[in-house]
Amino acid sequence: MSMLRVENMTHFFGGLRAVHNYDLKIEPGEVHGLIGPNGAGKTTIFNLITGIYNPTEGEVFLEDNKLNGLAPHEIAAMGIGRTFQNMLLWRHMTVLEHVKMARYSKIGYGLIGAFFGTPRRNREEAESEEKALKLLKMFGVAQFADQWVPNLPYGAQRRVEMARALAMEPKVLFLDEPTAGMNPEELVQMMEIIRQIKEKFDLAIFLIEHRMKVVMELCERIQTLVFGEVIAEGTPDEIQNNPKVIDAYLGKEIVE
Amino acid sequence: MVLLQNLINALQWGSFYALIALGYSMVYSILMLFNFAHGDIFMVGAYIGFGVASALIALTAMGAFALPGWLILVLTILFSMFLTSFVGMIVERIGYRPLRAAPRASAAITGLMIGIILETGNLALLGAQRVSFPSMIDTVTYDMGGVFVTNKKIMIVVVSLLLAGALHQFIRRTRYGMAMRAMAFDYVVVPLMGVPLNTMAAMTFALGSALAAAAGILFGVAYPVLDPYMGILIGWKAFVAAILGGRGSVMGATLAGFLLGFIEIFVAMIFPSTLRDLIAYSIVLLILVFRPHGFFGEAYSARLRL
Repeated sequence: MSMLRVENMTHFFGGLRAVHNYDLKIEPGEVHGLIGPNGAGKTTIFNLITGIYNPTEGEVFLEDNKLNGLAPHEIAAMGIGRTFQNMLLWRHMTVLEHVKMARYSKIGYGLIGAFFGTPRRNREEAESEEKALKLLKMFGVAQFADQWVPNLPYGAQRRVEMARALAMEPKVLFLDEPTAGMNPEELVQMMEIIRQIKEKFDLAIFLIEHRMKVVMELCERIQTLVFGEVIAEGTPDEIQNNPKVIDAYLGKEIVE
Repeated sequence: MVLLQNLINALQWGSFYALIALGYSMVYSILMLFNFAHGDIFMVGAYIGFGVASALIALTAMGAFALPGWLILVLTILFSMFLTSFVGMIVERIGYRPLRAAPRASAAITGLMIGIILETGNLALLGAQRVSFPSMIDTVTYDMGGVFVTNKKIMIVVVSLLLAGALHQFIRRTRYGMAMRAMAFDYVVVPLMGVPLNTMAAMTFALGSALAAAAGILFGVAYPVLDPYMGILIGWKAFVAAILGGRGSVMGATLAGFLLGFIEIFVAMIFPSTLRDLIAYSIVLLILVFRPHGFFGEAYSARLRL
């Protein structure tokens, strides 16, 4: 059984067809890449699967649960964690609070517990904090736990965002250009982090990325998207040597 | 002496403004709109308090149970807060949720309309005559070296501070509070972390309305005459406090509520009381000229987008 399955998904924005007949299968533990030029519809596909938009046509399944029609928070709680192209972090919350907040759906206490500080609340919040700190440590940002996010270096902010997504205990982790804007040193670190996530967590990864080095080294399968349509799918080798991909996206020099 | 006396009065008025302003601020922080019916929810809360208190007093008189006055007051506050929170949730569900994608101006006038409906609905239900809020505790005046303090004033300030403090703890330390603060930045993204937007919006309205109800009852204790339009002016003033504190800031709304109380009372101390609001709100206007984002507001408006 696939971890994540998309069948024949098409989406229109008004008259514009942003995604056309998109199919996807991600197996447990797999790293699946999605590449393509700007405006090809990669982030739109992320938004369609995570429930920001409802696809005009097509079906989405996480394991055997249909996701169509569910609200974004339900889809997230079922097991899709996500990072964002432009890193949506909050300037008025500490690093630790970011990660704890993402555990909202993993905590059960109600309003009464919240107001009267029941033992259950204290236990669950303490547990949550412990798990959050563990994640921060794993990503090497535990020393920033009580700092405001804008005070952190860029690479560290990216790692906080990653920790936040993992705090949701996702079955599939969506990474939208995790190396965007990074210098070569940060890039190498980020690739190492993604490798570690793959090793240490029981999840699949769905990766949008522009840097070929990253995609080719990390992914087992890759799709190339152009104008909302998949023009090629296969292993990194197959993609790199596919004339359609070279023509539409990679360009000749990069391959050589 | 006069100064100290006024200080106490200012604290009492500040309590009303602060409790109401908190509701404006919380709703704004999540949904980026002001609930202009909030002053009328304060009024509804006062009336619900009137009903609950009257019922408890009648039951005591009938001998159903014997409750001391202070306990009736505490029960009235708690029970009315609980009931009024549902009024807030209904307002959100009917008036705001269907309009979430509509232009901001539409949501603003919804608030005004709901306010008018609450006022005139009350008028239709209870008639035009004012009702007098039952006195649950006897007034005791303490003479503290020439400064006269009543037990009611102390109670009002203490209860307000306790409620504001409880809200602060709620927002800092619980999963709901944390989700609310995150949602203040973007209500599109935060659901992707598993937080339900509708639940949070309803909760914000519920909390704000409960605090407004508490303010309504405390107001009734201090000024025991209720009428259907009692929420309008005080609602606008609390709205000013919410802006002055910085849109969306809970701490700011509390402090600005008290500040507004101080400005009003001290202006009235110096100038004839007919000029009170004229001068007091000119001062507030001046403050906003120099601090357009209020005390704790942030000078940015760009919403983060996906």
